[in-house]
Amino acid sequence: MITCAEAVERLWVYLDGALTADDKAALEEHLGFCRVCCGEVEFAQELRGFLARSAAEELPEDVRARLIASLDELEAT
Amino acid sequence: MAERRNKSSAANVFQKADAAPSAQESGTKERFRLLAEEQLPRLYAIARRLVGDEAEDAVQDALLKAYRGFHQLEHASAGPAWLTSIVVNVCRDRGRARARAPAEVSFESVGEFSLYRKIVDEDPFPYSDSLHLDFLEQFGSEDVRAVLTRLPDRYRVPLVLVYVDGFATKEVARLLDAPLGTVLAQLHRGRKLFERQLWDYAEDKGLLVGRAR
Repeated sequence: MITCAEAVERLWVYLDGALTADDKAALEEHLGFCRVCCGEVEFAQELRGFLARSAAEELPEDVRARLIASLDELEAT
Repeated sequence: MAERRNKSSAANVFQKADAAPSAQESGTKERFRLLAEEQLPRLYAIARRLVGDEAEDAVQDALLKAYRGFHQLEHASAGPAWLTSIVVNVCRDRGRARARAPAEVSFESVGEFSLYRKIVDEDPFPYSDSLHLDFLEQFGSEDVRAVLTRLPDRYRVPLVLVYVDGFATKEVARLLDAPLGTVLAQLHRGRKLFERQLWDYAEDKGLLVGRAR
């Protein structure tokens, strides 16, 4: 039987699908009766999506133009 | 395998490349150009997340190094990963060279931290029935970027590569030339620090003030 602290420590790895079979079974057993840790799992999932969405970066057109120009210079050397 | 496999640093690899025929001399510059142009958005995005405002310079440095070493690339399919590894290494070198370091937060102080429980305990939106989502909605993209820059490079780089750019942990270990166990430990700490810094940033910037409904 694992504790809440041990369960929380494994949540992201669990969501990565990278836990060993034994650790996964122990965590899922814990989640079967611990509502707080179930909330932790849902939030961890939300946080992963939030990080991926919020840190997205566009390539501005002016930067793209300068980088393309640097490629032109490389070819000219 | 075209990607670097040995333990030598990126600099050593590129020194060898400097003395060897360039992409231009080996008649492959068109292939290099196609690869580079296609990958520019992705390379820039990675660099922005790793070195912020220095991203454009970092990509330029990486393109120069890649151009000189392009003849070493044996398989075109490895091109994107190869370019990525060069950008990541350039960014890490720049990170190491920067005099300014983000305010260090000791991991010991956040090892047990849970943002989920912190939000429940502090209850910043007393009348909300979606407390945690409301918390996240206070952050714009600029805020998240600012939070990430608060993390030391050794934690931010793996975190960004895995959870933003979608690399597998084994790929990140290869990109960073680090043991997988090290990358997994850095990811764990990086996640905890990110959660802690989200909360601290929200407090510092007053994102939680006057939001009660």
